[in-house]
Amino acid sequence: MKKRIYSVLVENRSGVLCKVAGLFSRRCFNIDSLAVGETDDKDVSCMTIVSSGDQRTIEQIEKQLNKKLDVIKVKTFEEQQCISRELMLIKVKYNKTNRRDILEICDIMKAQIVDVSRHYMMIQICDEPDKVKSLISMFSSISIAEVARTGTLALSKCTEND
Amino acid sequence: MIGAEAIIKCLEAEHVTTVFGYPGVAICPFYNSILESDIRTILIRTEQNAAHAASGMARLTGRPGVCAVTSGPGATNVITGIATAFADSIPLIVITGQVNSTLLGSDVFQEADITGAVESFVKYSYLVRKVNDIPRIFKEAFHIANTGRKGPVLIDIPIDIQNATLEKFVYPEEINMRTYKPTVKGNGAQIKKVIRELDKSSRPIICAGGGVILSDAREELRAFSEKYRIPVVSTMMGIGVMPTEHPLYYGMVGNNGKAYANKAMNDSDLLIMVGARVADRAVSQPDLITQNKVLIHIDIDPAEIGKNAGPSIPLVGDAKNIFLELLKEEFDDDFSDWISTLNEYRVKLAPKRNPNPEYVDPAAFIDMLSDKMAEDGVYVADVGQNQIWSCAYHKVKKGRFLTSGGMGTMGYSIPAAMGAKLAAPDRQVIAVCGDGSFQMSMMELATMKQHDVPVKIIVLKNNYLGMVRQYQHFTYKDHYSVVDLSGSPDLEKLSAAYDIPFLRVFNMKDAGEKLDAFLAKDEAMIMECIIDPMDLV
Repeated sequence: MKKRIYSVLVENRSGVLCKVAGLFSRRCFNIDSLAVGETDDKDVSCMTIVSSGDQRTIEQIEKQLNKKLDVIKVKTFEEQQCISRELMLIKVKYNKTNRRDILEICDIMKAQIVDVSRHYMMIQICDEPDKVKSLISMFSSISIAEVARTGTLALSKCTEND
Repeated sequence: MIGAEAIIKCLEAEHVTTVFGYPGVAICPFYNSILESDIRTILIRTEQNAAHAASGMARLTGRPGVCAVTSGPGATNVITGIATAFADSIPLIVITGQVNSTLLGSDVFQEADITGAVESFVKYSYLVRKVNDIPRIFKEAFHIANTGRKGPVLIDIPIDIQNATLEKFVYPEEINMRTYKPTVKGNGAQIKKVIRELDKSSRPIICAGGGVILSDAREELRAFSEKYRIPVVSTMMGIGVMPTEHPLYYGMVGNNGKAYANKAMNDSDLLIMVGARVADRAVSQPDLITQNKVLIHIDIDPAEIGKNAGPSIPLVGDAKNIFLELLKEEFDDDFSDWISTLNEYRVKLAPKRNPNPEYVDPAAFIDMLSDKMAEDGVYVADVGQNQIWSCAYHKVKKGRFLTSGGMGTMGYSIPAAMGAKLAAPDRQVIAVCGDGSFQMSMMELATMKQHDVPVKIIVLKNNYLGMVRQYQHFTYKDHYSVVDLSGSPDLEKLSAAYDIPFLRVFNMKDAGEKLDAFLAKDEAMIMECIIDPMDLV
């Protein structure tokens, strides 16, 4: 199983997300993560899809995406060819004994506390997807109340050919 | 001008002659406006058959077939026909009426999310939201349906949009789609590579699929095969790429194909797969066609290349264009030893049958029918044992062989034959079906009668769903389940009810004479052949 990141530029029309997601489920391709947003051009959206599979599947994903008439361009890259980020908001329950640990974890992981109440804290992290994952595992021994993640966003690294 | 009138103008601009369909309130503005046009309307008896009839027409004309149905059940009924066309890459324009656009999403009477439902069976679909978009959408739809890898395009039009007033009707000259530019021309370097590999090869073979017929490349493929003496086999959808009795043609491959065709393909050292999907019925073990041989895969759809078998040389482009380029090249090679080996296979591995003389032998009957039918006749095979016999024993000369290969949709033959006959009124069109598949489309006898479409229908009757019975015979040791067709109507009485002449054949003794009578006149007729219920393909 190889991991690939697909950066897919699509027409910003209703139903396109459904078509692309439907393609993945119909053809039994994995979706590890999917993030969608408008680009600088309001008629164009960018979907960042993280998927995995054997060589044939990886090629098929790109080819099948290209067949969709709402897809403008597909760029496929490996993790090391791109800069990838994910944003996560995580709400944890704290008390006197673990408050210190939470702050320390945030410090180490460069996560920020963005909201707080008497028993709960909301923490934000924006980092590589692996870091986000490890933050979750660190908090799992504390007490996670809620988690929201954006999914991976990625762009290929800057080169002179851009 | 209102939207409905604009749709008709678009169809006229695309030279559409015939629309198959079934009205309902949501498509009524369209059917009201079509009365002012020369476009012929055919009232089909169930919506699925509107798509099959349009498919038959498209396959004869090379242009998209058009059908128009109402919203809700009309639209959902047509889905099987769309999926059938999609599986065989047949260009269709399917127009569906839709409820008022302000009511969309509120589950009102006869509302169905048809664009959502057909997403995996269409090349593209539109839900028209603005009346002024109609000309652009139709221009794009016809272009999409009939270029690249062809296929059905659905246009869903709410009734209020059909009734809305268009500012100005201008049918666009050009298409401006940044996301759709199919590759037509084959890569020059890859074409040179194909010739180099052919030069090295001693046992080359071409396996042609339906794509060759769709790209109108039959002549070019034949010229290429004859120029370099390269043998040809075909998939089911490829039947007719070469005349069946051409010395270089070795029949259909696959689990229902000819043993010698499969042997030829397996023993080759170079295989040119063209316009074929490499799906399980044609190639049950895709690994085998990549082992010990150079696989060259030519297809207009890049996603087909490498999907089921990794080729040595991928070649994306239109088959006609690529064969024309390949014909310009020269190489010197002699494959006569290979051809004599294949001719030996042809004799040694010829199918052997042991027909029951009490009944009509489908093999001998279809063989005789091919000899007697018009050279350029259109043979439409249905699905079931009858399809496999048709594939094995019908001999294409200058005519066409139409069937539902990819989806295997029972009931395809009668509506598709009607579409073919309307497209080519001067040609003889014969639908060959079983008693199961006949009953899936027999309501269309009324359509044939009403619109005077003189299609000839042959029903191979064995009182069973034969293909499934055969499967249960082998797989479940004759433990038959839900395959007995008792209760079927007397076809003689049924034909009389529809006022269509009828003939029945009990065995091969008088088959020839009856066939002569059946084929004599260009009029609709039904012929029932009683075949052995226990016969196997």
